[in-house]
Order: sequence, then C-alpha cells, then structure tokens
Amino acid sequence: MNIIVCIKQVPDAKDVRLDPKTNTMAREGVEAIMNPFDRHAVEEGVRLKEQHGGTVTVLSMGPPQAEAVLREAVSCGADEAVLVSDRAFAGADTWATTYTLGKAIEKIGPFDLILCGKQAIDGDTAQVGPGLAKRLNIPYVSYVRKITGFENDTILLHRLMDDGYDEVEVPLPGLLTVVKEINEPRVPSLKGKMKAKSLSIKTLNAGDIEADAGSLGLPGSTTQVVKVFAPEFKGERAMLSGTVDEQVEQLVNKLEPYL
Amino acid sequence: MDYFLTEEQQMIVDIARQITDEKIIPQRAELDEKEEFATDILNDIAQADLFGLYIPEEYGGFGAGGFEIVLALEQFGRGCVAIATSFAASALGAYPILLSGSAEMKQKYMPDVASGKKRAAFALTEANAGSDASGIQTTAVLDGDEWVLNGTKQWITNAGEAQIYSVVAMTDKSKGARGASMFVVEDTDPGFSCGPKEKKMGIRASATCELIFKDCRIPKDRLIGRQGMGFITVMKTLDLSRPGIAILGVGLGQAALDESVTYAKQRVQFGKPIISFQAIQHMLADMAIKVEASRALVYAAAKHIAKHPKDMSKASSMCKVFATDMAMEVTTDAVQVLAGYGYMREYPVEKMMRDAKILQIYEGTNQIQRNVVGQELNKEYTK
Amino acid sequence: MLQIDIEACIGCGVCEEECTFDAIEVIDGIAVVNEKCTLCGSCVDSCEVGALSIEQKEKVVQADLAEWSGIMIFAEFRHGKMVPVSFELLGIGRQLADQQNVPLSAVLLGSGLGDAARDLVSYGADIVYQVDDPALEYFTDEIYGNILEDVAREQKPEVVLAGATAIGRSFIPLVATSLATGLTADCTQLAIRPEDGVLLQTRPAFGGNIMATIECPHTRPQMATVRPRVMKAVEQDAERKGEIIDYQPKPERLQSKVRVLQSVLEEQDQVNITEGDTIVAGGRGLDNEKGFELIKQLADAVGGAVGASRAAVDSEWIAYPHQVGQTGKTVNPKLYIACGISGAIQHVVGMQSSETIVAINRDPHASIFDVATYGIVGDLFEVVPKLIEKIKERRG
Repeated sequence: MNIIVCIKQVPDAKDVRLDPKTNTMAREGVEAIMNPFDRHAVEEGVRLKEQHGGTVTVLSMGPPQAEAVLREAVSCGADEAVLVSDRAFAGADTWATTYTLGKAIEKIGPFDLILCGKQAIDGDTAQVGPGLAKRLNIPYVSYVRKITGFENDTILLHRLMDDGYDEVEVPLPGLLTVVKEINEPRVPSLKGKMKAKSLSIKTLNAGDIEADAGSLGLPGSTTQVVKVFAPEFKGERAMLSGTVDEQVEQLVNKLEPYL
Repeated sequence: MDYFLTEEQQMIVDIARQITDEKIIPQRAELDEKEEFATDILNDIAQADLFGLYIPEEYGGFGAGGFEIVLALEQFGRGCVAIATSFAASALGAYPILLSGSAEMKQKYMPDVASGKKRAAFALTEANAGSDASGIQTTAVLDGDEWVLNGTKQWITNAGEAQIYSVVAMTDKSKGARGASMFVVEDTDPGFSCGPKEKKMGIRASATCELIFKDCRIPKDRLIGRQGMGFITVMKTLDLSRPGIAILGVGLGQAALDESVTYAKQRVQFGKPIISFQAIQHMLADMAIKVEASRALVYAAAKHIAKHPKDMSKASSMCKVFATDMAMEVTTDAVQVLAGYGYMREYPVEKMMRDAKILQIYEGTNQIQRNVVGQELNKEYTK
Repeated sequence: MLQIDIEACIGCGVCEEECTFDAIEVIDGIAVVNEKCTLCGSCVDSCEVGALSIEQKEKVVQADLAEWSGIMIFAEFRHGKMVPVSFELLGIGRQLADQQNVPLSAVLLGSGLGDAARDLVSYGADIVYQVDDPALEYFTDEIYGNILEDVAREQKPEVVLAGATAIGRSFIPLVATSLATGLTADCTQLAIRPEDGVLLQTRPAFGGNIMATIECPHTRPQMATVRPRVMKAVEQDAERKGEIIDYQPKPERLQSKVRVLQSVLEEQDQVNITEGDTIVAGGRGLDNEKGFELIKQLADAVGGAVGASRAAVDSEWIAYPHQVGQTGKTVNPKLYIACGISGAIQHVVGMQSSETIVAINRDPHASIFDVATYGIVGDLFEVVPKLIEKIKERRG
C-alpha cells in the first residue's frame, strides 16, 4: 500500500493567548508541535504498512522549520518525507492549501491511500481533508474511528457520527481523516530517530509543483481573516455576600423560577 | 547542568523522557494502587528499541554502553521506580549471560531480550543469604546430561513475569566461594515454579516473588560459563548494574524536587507562596544540590565503569550509596514540603518516599557498599 | 507579500505593536517582516506614514457575483428525525434574510421525510427543496454533496449555512470546493455588513483561545458551518406559509463510490446533556470521584443533568459524554451551575450562552465569575450541601 499522510506543524494551541489590550498573540513559551490528530494519522498509516506492506510518505506544507515534524513522523515509522515550502504560500486558506497539497501529491506520484488528521488545532476547520479529496477526485470518509478491514482494494471502517457510528466501505484510492479514538500513537524508536536524523527530506517549492501563482497563498484564497480578537464575555456579575447560610438563601430566592 | 551528551545520547534521553511523560506518569498511581505489573509500558519501551540498549549489535541490540542505559533509567526513575526496576532487573538477569555465557548461549537468549519479546530476572538471594551471599543453599547436581536444582530463592524481582532466569546455585559446597555456579532456568522448565507476589512497602508495581526449585531439571548446556565461576559472575554483574540502580535514585530525587518546587510556588500561606520563606528555600536548595551531586557522581561512575571493567567496584559502590541515600532524604523532605498534602495518596510524593527505601537495600545494602569502599581504600593505599 | 517602503518608514514601531502574529519587527530603525506574516493587513492600516502595503493583483471577482441572492440552509435529517441545529440555522437565517430582504430557503435530504418540510416552514423557511429517496437513507458525502451543489448552482444563494455537526463538517467542504468558493467552519457569530452585504463569519481558533472574523469577498456563495446550540431558533408558527418543492436530482448524482453498510446508534451513557433545561457541572475543585458525588446530588435536587469540565473527565470522575467545553459538548440550558470550575476559556465556550449561570468557587479571582450571573465565593463542600438542603426544602 502506498500511503501518503498529510501533517502540519502547529503552535501548541492550549498555550496560545491573545492579550486583549494589545491584541497580540503571545508566542513566547508556545512550542511548535505536530498537530495531535496528525500523530494518529501517521500511526494508522504505519500500522497499515506493517500489516499489508508498502510505504508511508509524510507530506507537509509549511515554512522550513516544519521539517521537524516530518522527521518526527519518520522516527515513528514513516519511510519518506516531503516538504512543500515557499513564501508564496503565505496567508493560504484551506482552498489555497488544498490546491497546493494536490499539486504536490501529483508530483509525489501514485498512491493508494491518503490519511489526514481530523483537523488542525490552530485553524480547527477540518476542511483540508475533504477539500483535498475533491481536488484529487477521489472518494473520502471523515472522522474515521476504526479501520476494520482491507480486501480487494476496499477499506472497511467505522465512521464516528454525532449519535453513534456508521459502518462504511471505501474503494481505493481514497482519503480518510481520522479521530483520536482510532489508535494510541507510538513513541519514536531509537532506530527511527537515527533514520530520521539522516533522512534526506525532499523539498518542493511553487515552481517544482508547477503551481499557478494566482492559486497560491493569500491571492489564491477565497476567504481571509479580517479581525482577530480575544473572546469577551458579559455577565451581570452579582456576587452574593454574607455567611454561607445567607448566600445560599439569597441564591435559592433568585433561582425560584428554575426550581 | 550541561553534561555534554552526544546527539545519540540525547536521542535516548528524549525517547525515554517521552515514554515517561506520556505513558509512565499517567499510569503510575493506578499501577501502584493495584500492584499491577506494567506489561504494556514495558512493551512500549521495547518497541522504542530501548530494551536492547546494552546488548551487542550482533544479538539485535544497540551495542551502547552502561552510560546510555543510565540515561534511559534516569528518565524512567523520574516516572516510577517500580516500572524502572522492572526494566533494570531484566538487564540484571541478562548480564550474567553477556558477561560469562558462551556465544551459543548469547545467540539463543539475547535477541529475544533485545526485542523485548522475553524478559529476564536475576536469582541470588535466599532466606538465609542476603548480604552474606556465600550462605546460599540452593544446590545444582549433575545427573547425566542434566543439572538438577533444588532450593528456594527469595524476593526475586520480575519473578513470574520473566521467561529467562539467571540462577546462582552451589555445585560444590566444599570449595566455599569457588563452589557456586550460574545457570539459565527457563519459565517452562520442569520442577520450577514461582510463589505468590510479595506485598511490599513500595515499588508495588514491581513483581517480587519466591522461586521454588524442586528437582528442577535443565539441560547441561544451561551452565553459564564454567563451574565454580558463579560468584565471580555475580560480583561483575552487580558492579556493572549498580549505576543503573543509583541513577534511579537520581531520577526519583529529581521527581521529588520538581513536585516540591512546583507546590511551594503555588501554596500560599501567611499571604505568600511558601517558597518565599527561607525555611522552605533552604530545604529545596539542599534537595537540589544533593540531586545534582548524585547525578554528577553516577554519570562519572557509569562512564568510568564502561571503560574500566577491571576497576569497577569502588566507583560502583560509591555512586550507589550516595545516590540512594540522597533519594531517601530528598523524598522524605518532599513529603515535608508538601506537608499535609504530601501525606495524602492523592499526591505523588508519598509514593516516592515509599519507593525510595528499597534503593538503599537491594543490589547490596548500603552498609555492604560502604564495606566495599572501605576495603578498596585499604587496598589502594597499601602500595 | 507585505511591502515595506524603507524610504517612508520612520521606524516608529507602531506596526510591531499592532501585529498579532509577531511577524514584524523594527531592526536598525526599519520595519522588517518575517515568515509568520499572514497578510492580514492590520499593520498596513496602522502605519501613519503609509510605508506598508500588501501587493495584490486585483483579485478576480466571480463574474456573476451580483446574481447570487438569498439565504439557504442545509437541514439535517437523520434516523427519522430532524436534527435540532436545522431550526437554529433557520433562526439565524431568518435574521440575515430579513436584513437583506431576500428569501430564506432550506434543503432537506433523506428517506421517509414525511412532512418534515412543514416543520422547516413553521420555523421560518420560505422555500424548502426536498429530496426523499432511498439513496439518501444513509449519509454519504458524495450524494448529499452532489445535490446541495446542484441546488446551489441553480438557485444561486448568496449565503449557504449548515450545522457544524459530524455530517456538516464532513460534506460541506466538498460542496465548497466543488463550487470553488470559500467556507468558514464552526461559526459562533454571523452578521451581514450593511455597506456591501458581505457575511462576517466569526469563529473560535486555537482551541477557543482566540476569535477570528473571516469574510469571503470575491466568490459566491459564502459558505459557513455553524456551531450547534449557539444560535436560537425562532418561535414555531404552525400557520406560517411556505413553498415546498420536490427537487429531482439527475440519477447520476445519486451515485456514491463510498457505501454505508449500516448505521449504529450508540447509547452514550443514556445521557444527552444538551437536551435539558438545567445542568449542574463540576470541575477540579471537587478534588476526587467521591467529591463529585456532590454534583450528582445537586443535579438530582434541581432535576438537572450532570456536566463536567475537562479536568473532571480526564481524572475519570465522570464519563466523557458529560464533558462541556471546547472538546466536549456545547450546552445552553436555562440554568447552569458551575461548582469548583475555574472558568478557563476552553470550558466557558461550551456554556456561555446559558441563560443563567451560577458559579461557586473558593477563588475570588476565578474567571468563571466573569460570565456568572450569580457568584458565591466559598468552599463548595460547605455551600453545596446547604444549597441541596434549601432546595429540597423549597420544593417540598
């Protein structure tokens, strides 16, 4: 099975804060990590390879430092790594991103399966997987919770729904986005880390993927961010005072309509 | 402090740290509570290629030295001494084979240990033979093509969870210290069984049981090295592995220090975080100094031992005494810093204090270690 | 590409302060941009000497932009029932349609729809395009995507909204890509800018730590998925009139390479905390599983469901279906009582639209008090038992 896993380097979202006074995103002390959902995608790809043979290629669109997550994926079992990077990609929304990734995949060559994490924790849109599948004109299933079988070029799986799950069949080549419940990602192995260290990462720029400049980055995006702000909350704060008994009495009075 | 690790050594630390943070720390309290062996975590360690760190490449290992295994054990010790002990004890069980076994024997057993497929254990201690190892009473008698073992071993780590046991037995009582030999006993050998798990003060997730040999028959080629070489192999094995135990003390001390400082910064009394009080600051300072000093000593000893196999004893004993006595002090202080909360099982430091005690006892009590250092000094200066 | 006119730049540093992404710095008296720049343009606006500009080719505006008119929503129908988000979409859809003075339509796909379309009309839809076909019994991205795409192409709505549900978030990106238009996911606020009719789509990013407002200026339709339980449905009006159209898709559009073999409902702990009127939630302040019992007792006393912060679920004091917040459920009950919950953003985004919020916490500076209608600073192990007693007294 030739598997391509799309991964992204993101800031550790839980540590990102916006200072409401200066409207600046505090970036100190915020680590750059592999998008957590992508770790599960890499793990699933490696498991499928171990079961059915083949190769796992990890692909990322990002700045040069995104190499770090590609190497991390190799240390956990991926075989090859491709970085598609160019200043022209700056400001890309998911439309421009799926265009770029699609062109890069054309350059990488034939594949059986593309795996993506459900969503990236910085953008949270969950749009790249389905959009990319459409660009490549292949069937896809999102929110895959479990792969239950693979036979005759068809994958059987469980897709997570809001009220349970669906049992689904997907013919290959196809694309899947995975949720965290699908597996427990492995820790890198020593042999893996040594391989990752010496691996030559294939780097492609806009010219290498023969991209149309108007389709890249901000110019190629259909949406754009016009404002970024800290969440604000309103609450008619009424702090109740007195002894505990008094506070409770007041509260229960106020909550009369609900009781 | 910067110990100028090589890139490869740093990789080992990074992997061990990731396993500790992602797998060991989240599960340690429950495993301790349930006294459950951490099979899954040991499998993760194996998959990360760390089980074979000290095993030569020709047998599927990494061929790294004693210092590298110390680096990994430091991280695991920071996570949970019980789990780290399970890992270290397997190495302890493999060392006799690596040190004294024939090439065929190594080929037979070491690849499975390197891959984590099989675990090992070391069986020396008996009810009447602890510090005085020469008092062992388990016997091995040659009967045709088989050795027949009879006797009981006590408090063997990994008992019941290991498949390969390096056992010390008397083959010729009349020869005294030269009358013991080592054998490989496999878990499926007839006449070999394990007793129930002991209930312990600490390292509760580590499996500790009796081994019972009742006319246990094993093939002749299970003899490790030569007859009569038993205690020599034992001494070399323990000298070699002692820094691994010492470093558990360092990891444990570090973990205790980390919890203490974090807590002292958050806990507010008399209007201030308690870390602003000198009494606490001095305690934390002393804890930090001890941890760092132990680390430096254990690292130095491990590196020395890796290069000077004929001059292991003093370094080995020194680092074990210092780091494990330090761990007991630091963990006790950690409970004190966390005070009431520290005493509660909800917080991790009481377990650390319970776990620390065994480090001063096993692999040779700290009293015996001091004997060794004293004797070495005597030898050194008589020239 | 951000252009910096080094002649005009006076190195005042206003742009550096303005930049949210730390992408521009004054070095040796001149502004320098690095790769973190997202081309949002805030610095361009802030530069007082006009030294900054973003070079952009005139964006190709979709030729027939002006022809796209109307608000369209995707109504979700599953296992024989309308999913509540459909009515919420009609609620916000109605507001937008009224503002633009255009019709509000709904697309309803499924098998065995009965008169579900009627319900959509009673909740505000002017037109319903429905397709009732066995091929739609199970959700497949391809078929649902094909039909919504076809209807949108024909009817040319300026805005298409769907719920940010497992279904919506899965197939709407497919539709947006097919229509070569922009999509914003998981919106919590929608508004139309009066000057040019552009839809301003606001959504949380970075796990809810930051809010971003996004627009899709040059293509149509403007598409968005909307977070469930945030928008409000209008009052149901059974007398309301609307057009129900049986849409006929072309047969090839009802084909899908992906096959659903069966759909399995899972009893998630028999709990759906999103349904009830009252939720009592507990967090780290409960200290342990035993402490969490108090929450269950209070919930029983008020006749509500039990909720939890992520801390409580991670500590395994209660199961995941009870988790409220960014990575749990979004709820908007009439009454939300938060005990021992600090009020970190990741939790608050999941319950802030509750009608009345009560917070009990021993930390007077806990952020939860910023959203609470009523707050008690105290030891919840003292307060809650008394509260339970008093409530039982009142209820008789």
